[in-house]
Amino acid sequence: MSGEKDLDQLKKEAVAKAKAEAIAKRQAKAAGEGAPKQEDKPAEQALSQDTHPVEPAQTAGTPAEDGADLAKKKAAAAAKAKAAALAKKKREGIEEEEAPAPVETTPASAQPSEDGDDLAKKKAAAVAKAKAAAAAKRKAMELAGESTPAEETPAAQTSDEADDLAKKKAAAVAKAKAAAAAKRKAMELAGESTPAEETPAVDASDDGDDLAKKKAAAVAKAKAAAAAKAKAAATAKAKAAGTGDADTAAGGDDEKAKAKAAAVAKAKAAAAAKAKAAGAAKGGDVSPADTAEKPSANQPFLDKYRKVIEENLGADVLEDSYINKLSKDVPTLVAKKDTYFKVAQFLKYNELLGFDYLSELHGTDFVTHMEVYVHLFSYKNRQSVALKVKIDRDEPTIESLQPIWAGANWPECEAYDLLGIKFTGHPNLHRIMLGEDWVGHPLRKDYEPYDVEV
Amino acid sequence: MIRTEEMLLNVGPQHPSTHGVFRLVVKIDGEIITEATPVIGYLHRGTEKLAEDLQYTQIIPYTDRMDYLSAMTNNYVICHAVETMMGIQIPERADFLRVMAMELGRIASHLVAWGTYILDLGATSPFIYAFRDREMIINMLNELSGARLTFNYMRVGGVKWDAPEGWVDGVREFVPYLREQLKGYHNLVSGNEIFLDRVKGVGVYSKEEAINYSLSGPNLRSTGVKWDLRKDEPYSIYDRFDFNVITREEGDCLARYHVRLEEIEESLKILEQACEQFPAEGEIMAKVPKIIKAPKGEAFVRIESPRGEIGCYISSDGKKEPYRLKFRRPSFYNLQILPKLLVGENIANLIAILGAVDIVLGEVDG
Repeated sequence: MSGEKDLDQLKKEAVAKAKAEAIAKRQAKAAGEGAPKQEDKPAEQALSQDTHPVEPAQTAGTPAEDGADLAKKKAAAAAKAKAAALAKKKREGIEEEEAPAPVETTPASAQPSEDGDDLAKKKAAAVAKAKAAAAAKRKAMELAGESTPAEETPAAQTSDEADDLAKKKAAAVAKAKAAAAAKRKAMELAGESTPAEETPAVDASDDGDDLAKKKAAAVAKAKAAAAAKAKAAATAKAKAAGTGDADTAAGGDDEKAKAKAAAVAKAKAAAAAKAKAAGAAKGGDVSPADTAEKPSANQPFLDKYRKVIEENLGADVLEDSYINKLSKDVPTLVAKKDTYFKVAQFLKYNELLGFDYLSELHGTDFVTHMEVYVHLFSYKNRQSVALKVKIDRDEPTIESLQPIWAGANWPECEAYDLLGIKFTGHPNLHRIMLGEDWVGHPLRKDYEPYDVEV
Repeated sequence: MIRTEEMLLNVGPQHPSTHGVFRLVVKIDGEIITEATPVIGYLHRGTEKLAEDLQYTQIIPYTDRMDYLSAMTNNYVICHAVETMMGIQIPERADFLRVMAMELGRIASHLVAWGTYILDLGATSPFIYAFRDREMIINMLNELSGARLTFNYMRVGGVKWDAPEGWVDGVREFVPYLREQLKGYHNLVSGNEIFLDRVKGVGVYSKEEAINYSLSGPNLRSTGVKWDLRKDEPYSIYDRFDFNVITREEGDCLARYHVRLEEIEESLKILEQACEQFPAEGEIMAKVPKIIKAPKGEAFVRIESPRGEIGCYISSDGKKEPYRLKFRRPSFYNLQILPKLLVGENIANLIAILGAVDIVLGEVDG
């Protein structure tokens, strides 16, 4: 569903872009006719150079025109500005003295000084900048693999109709700020002080920008984005100072609203943390925010299993044991490699445990080690347990559970076939899926197909 | 005593009674099977390997092709696994649509199992009746999802399409129709003496053996184990419906036959109640992120498919693709007991025993 929405939006954007480009081209052509002096190759340069001096006159000359035309012109201006930036980048280092006015690396302030303080032109420049910013941002978001927050995308999309994108963006940032404020409040209520997560939305976008800067081909674009954002942020700050707090205070009266705001803020903080982790190109860790939750309903069962095992087999047979909250709170036991079989046998034959049914057995290649995961169930006690064991990846050998549960026969063959785990004591360990002549074990993370045709 | 000699007989992989590409190498001494070796993997497509490069939503069509006779439950199991990890609450209307789709799928699957089983045993017309009624279900699911077999209907957070106008009424009308037809099924086959001779007391295993061999579904319930994940570990909204878990004590092929037929009736009960309780309006998708990322960690969930317990294990490292995906495919586990069942049996019972296990090879091979 969401994927299609994305596609629609992309399509819309593409259409708008194409339109703007067409208009720009037409105008450029009209302008180019007036002064046709350059060769074919640096045509773009010529266009941008020529059109820019012309453009302010155009926009200034028709201030009384209706809104639709204005919007069109704005779009054209935006496209032009983009082209100019591109041309400039190309030209840089070749002909420095000729560098014209438009999208300079320095923001708005530089422009009016060169071309006179024409209001319409300024506005057009702002739109262009904002558009570039939006584009750069979107790109950055995509690069970071980030799911864009809901408030931001619509603002970016409607850029063509929108009069002032910067304003909208500012509003969005203000919203984020307000959420942050609400969150801070909620945090305080919860007795937690977390200064690091103050401005999640801004953090996330900044990270995206960094990435864009590094990766985007158009450096000027990214710079314009940064400038626009800085401006927007400044406006937002001013706004938030004025209204944001009041808003949240008003909402804060309501208990429900508070809780909701807190939840939103939490999600945002998590997203920001994730974006940060992604930016740092390290394995992102989901914030363990829920450490102070109440114990699981299955905790007594886990305690019981552990107690019975430790009483009978010794205290050091288990490497770890915990409740897996992601997996419907299943009690999970991690056996040591040499006690795995013993623990499994005990789980089945002990009267208190009685796990008579093997629901699932499979292996996983975690690169640092292999792991065998066994899901057991007791029809007598109607209880589940997960048993895991970590084994050496280079020499993946472990005892077979087939003698305990006959149902482990084929799953172990499958694990052997696809991962190369050898189960000692298995009556007929063979490559059950791929056949004996297959080279390699496909589910290993370093698997290279022997025959690329297959 | 007549002198017999040992003979190697190859069944399949292309044989109509193996319900797909399944090969069975049997050693027979006269007419008695002394050894049976199943050979599988002809339909292995590496779904689990492929899934490691796919986003969660992109994996769903692959699950359609595992158990292609009840693709809805396969759709559900992966969505359920991801939803469990992410803690997503499903809108009520979506849950109803899911349950109805799954129960229709269960009936369709059992109808195929019934029809082809009788066909395996030599009676051709019941197969046609079963497919006639199954076609109505396929049409209903087609209206719902736009596909006849590979639905790709469910999404993480809900379902892709809302029910079209009048769809629920169609289901409501279908329930009494099939109830009436089921009587005909019983009249036609269940009391037939030839049929009973072929299946009664054939392929017997005990409750303990069934559990030891990790059997599930009707194969397990036919031995008297009262266990149905819909009832005993309720997922979705199954706890809202009143239905029975069908069991038999005999553990033979006939018991499995009856369990399946009676499960159709129970599914009809669920459908009937679902039609009554169906919410008039509501969302069909929960609010989910645009790019679905399961949190770091692992989860294993299991649900009740027509063939037994289908499970999905996801190990995630927080990315949009699973780090490792594993399906617990009931047919794969159920088939393990086959060599044990066949040894000592008459060769004529081979197909009767194999058919009663009710395998789908797409699921066996993954």
